[in-house]
Amino acid sequence: NRHFIHTHRENRSCRQEHVSHYRLFPKSLGQVISRFSVRELHLSFTHGFWRRSRWGQPFLQASPGVELWVWFQSSVSDVDTTWKELTNALSGLFCASLNFIDSTNTVTPTASFKPLGVINETDHKFLRYAALPREIVCTENLTPWKKLLPCGSKAGLAVLLKAERLFHTNYHSQSVHVRPICRNELCISTSWELTQSLSVVFDLYASGSGKREWSLFKMFSRTLTEVCPLASQSTVYLDVTDSDKVNDTLELTPPAPSVLNTTVHGKWRSYAVYNLLNPHLYSTSSHSLNIALKWKLSKQFAIPEVPVFKAERYVSGFGLQTGKINTLVYNNHPYRAFPVLLMEIVPWYLRLYIHTLTITTKGKENKPSYIHYQPARDRECPHLLEMLIQLPAKSVTKIGIEFERALLKWTEYPPDPNHGFYVGSSVLSALVPSRINMETNTTKLAPLFTRLFTSIDASVYFVRLYTEALLVNLPTPDFSMPYNVICLTCTVVAVGYGSFYNLLTRTFQIVEPSGGVAKKIANMIRRLRGVPPI
Amino acid sequence: MAASLVLVLVVAVTVRAVLFRSSLVEFISERVEVVSPLNSWKRVVEGLALLDLGVSPYSGNLFHETPLTLYLFHFLIDYAEFVFMAMDVITAVALYIVADDFNKVVFRKQRIAFEFQKYAPDVITLVRTPKEMYHIPLKVALFYLLNPFTVLTCVAKSTCAINNAVIAIFILATVKGSAFLSAVFLALAAYQSLYPVALFAPALLYLAQKHYVLVNLHSTTFLLHLLKYAVMFLGCLMVIICLSFFLLNSWSFIPSTYGFILSVPDLTPNIGLFWYFFAEMFEHFRLFFVCVFQINVFFYTLPLSVKLRDHPMFFMFVQLAIIAIFKSYPTVGDVALYMAFLPMWNHLYRFLRNIFVVTCMLISSSVLFPVLWHLWIYAGSANSNFYYAITLAFNVGQILLVSDYFYAYIRREYHLIEGLNLKSKDGKEAHVVLK
Repeated sequence: NRHFIHTHRENRSCRQEHVSHYRLFPKSLGQVISRFSVRELHLSFTHGFWRRSRWGQPFLQASPGVELWVWFQSSVSDVDTTWKELTNALSGLFCASLNFIDSTNTVTPTASFKPLGVINETDHKFLRYAALPREIVCTENLTPWKKLLPCGSKAGLAVLLKAERLFHTNYHSQSVHVRPICRNELCISTSWELTQSLSVVFDLYASGSGKREWSLFKMFSRTLTEVCPLASQSTVYLDVTDSDKVNDTLELTPPAPSVLNTTVHGKWRSYAVYNLLNPHLYSTSSHSLNIALKWKLSKQFAIPEVPVFKAERYVSGFGLQTGKINTLVYNNHPYRAFPVLLMEIVPWYLRLYIHTLTITTKGKENKPSYIHYQPARDRECPHLLEMLIQLPAKSVTKIGIEFERALLKWTEYPPDPNHGFYVGSSVLSALVPSRINMETNTTKLAPLFTRLFTSIDASVYFVRLYTEALLVNLPTPDFSMPYNVICLTCTVVAVGYGSFYNLLTRTFQIVEPSGGVAKKIANMIRRLRGVPPI
Repeated sequence: MAASLVLVLVVAVTVRAVLFRSSLVEFISERVEVVSPLNSWKRVVEGLALLDLGVSPYSGNLFHETPLTLYLFHFLIDYAEFVFMAMDVITAVALYIVADDFNKVVFRKQRIAFEFQKYAPDVITLVRTPKEMYHIPLKVALFYLLNPFTVLTCVAKSTCAINNAVIAIFILATVKGSAFLSAVFLALAAYQSLYPVALFAPALLYLAQKHYVLVNLHSTTFLLHLLKYAVMFLGCLMVIICLSFFLLNSWSFIPSTYGFILSVPDLTPNIGLFWYFFAEMFEHFRLFFVCVFQINVFFYTLPLSVKLRDHPMFFMFVQLAIIAIFKSYPTVGDVALYMAFLPMWNHLYRFLRNIFVVTCMLISSSVLFPVLWHLWIYAGSANSNFYYAITLAFNVGQILLVSDYFYAYIRREYHLIEGLNLKSKDGKEAHVVLK
């Protein structure tokens, strides 16, 4: 799998006055941020689900579909209106249907999603989080994302990002992160940092020819030609931790100029570093760089280690009346326990029953130390459940909550109602203890992708995990029947009304008995003719 | 008589206790015919859990019970089964005493009518005898306690049983002639489910009859009587609502209870007519039809009070039936309450016209409800139209049942005055029709 990050700083003042230098920072995004008084913005578009057991730990996992969380400045008076306007502006900027974000899928988390940038105070009423699990990522979303880069897709690493190769993948995630950072050590002033991240997982067997090798050309059908002139740093890092120098298991062309050893997610990893600003890397003939890797021996690919922190979620139950959401959280650390903050957002039409919440670890009940539950209001806001659960070492914690499926009005069903309704993934945040001392020195040269979550404490690293999005069916009414139903129900009411009207307004009277058969037939014929009867 | 009542009570309690201990409890508690979003036990437990968590139970849209019910169960949660069995017993005993007292009233009225020679000479077969009326109270209690609908409601722990008990005590207080107690219990019943407000009219007429006040809009005694009863009822209602406000320190229970009953936002299927109608309603007309359907429940009160001003107990029965059929979230518990009154009108049997068809309709639709629900929700081979059709059949059956009894009642009154063997002009047997 390959992962690219472009990061750039921009000298921009975070004050109210509009003194702005849009040399590297994209003006479109900068104007959106200043117009809506955004302090931090994190937006991601994801297609697919990261398979931890096969691909290892992701650098930055994102929730399936679209996920947007924003911290507003404390100067904002009406956060909900600003949120609505911001989502509409971003919807236009990224050509995505972010306008589907409304109060029915927006929540205000109280404990998860603490700000990642420099902060003064954290009143969570300025935080908004929304996810659209049904959204699809396509070329239309990639193009504006590429436009935000200073060189666009014309020079530098972004040359490789062509849509027809990028979307033939098992996993595609692009994200935009804007946060305020300190300009210098004393942190007197802040500037905005824009991080754009793209994660893709290529399938070697599907995209390649089945040989145990890959190259930039094979993956992207392009090679690197020139570096972006605005870039101060342009580097390719290749994870060569699994290579065995003695046995010479893999071969890199061109050979790695230098190797960097650093700690990532609690492990020592070594990276082959290709500095693209170095002109000697490029071949003299075609002035292009194609990095290729070939595995020599027919050794099995190394199965990634069992991750310390893992989670799964699924729906159980049968029928369209009730169901149960189960979340399994694994702590595979041999001796350390750590707490995890679980945040679940369930749409209002799956009515959660909080008294059925059960958390069991190793067969015993596990009470959360912090629980915040905000029940849903029909057609207004979703359920928000946040819990802080302690995970003992080497354990599986099972969290179950029952729900009831609501019958919606016939206009509220999406097209293809029997496809089901998506429930956004739950977010688990934890400070996972690492077995080795993590590097906390921020000034030391480290890969950029480790910079987003800086570790303050050497013994833990921050992990944000997303579970699978769920697909739940709801009972549907018959969509072809509105007129028929109105008629039939009104008929029943009219039967009631008619009977009571007759009984209330009429009185008993004696009537003359009707005549013989002949008279009856004559009356019938007269009636057919339209003439009054005898 | 008391001994047989005790025996019936013991049998009923045993049946319920056996069902409480069986594995059917879960299944029955989830049935949409027996519980609705207004009175489901699961939601009461949910409300209590939210209260324990420190969140207001009315902040979500799950809990629609009144604060008094919430606090009642806050203290009685461990004895819930006993509470519901006690409610059923109280309702049955109250209805027993009502039937007994009403029999005495009927007999006295009949004697007075005979003395004043109001009846035609040949109506001896229509006259009610004490011997025939002796077993009616026991039958009423039996009909209520051993009705499968009542048993299901009790086993599901639906708070409809509590509402039925309050209404039964209200009818008892009315029959005994105590205006104050009647107003108190009517206020409690209306506070819990709003629709018993319509029972104000029959209670007023019954109390007027009991206290020998002539029902005449121009007479000051009647107006004073009306005013007194209305003030007592409204005063009690205000006191209870203010008490609820002080229990939870907010008015948020009002949109969650009365707002919910009136605006019907939750479209969970039930045995009523509202859910599918509003699931398929064009959004533009929604408010209009909500208003029409809600007015429909209270619409018949005034005409019925004019027609049945001399027969307030029958009026009470018809009004209870109309509430049970046309309310926004009906359950079988509401149906069971008015069905308990049917033994009181046993003497109308000879004038009922469609009783066989109606009985077949009601029994077959009651049996088909769970079958078609399973086919729609679990098997996936039917769709919502099947369940909706059975809802329609069930409601038409109920409407025909009530209108049939109504027809029989006024027909009997007609024959009592005019005589049974009516002759037409040419001497042959007459046809009597409603014209």
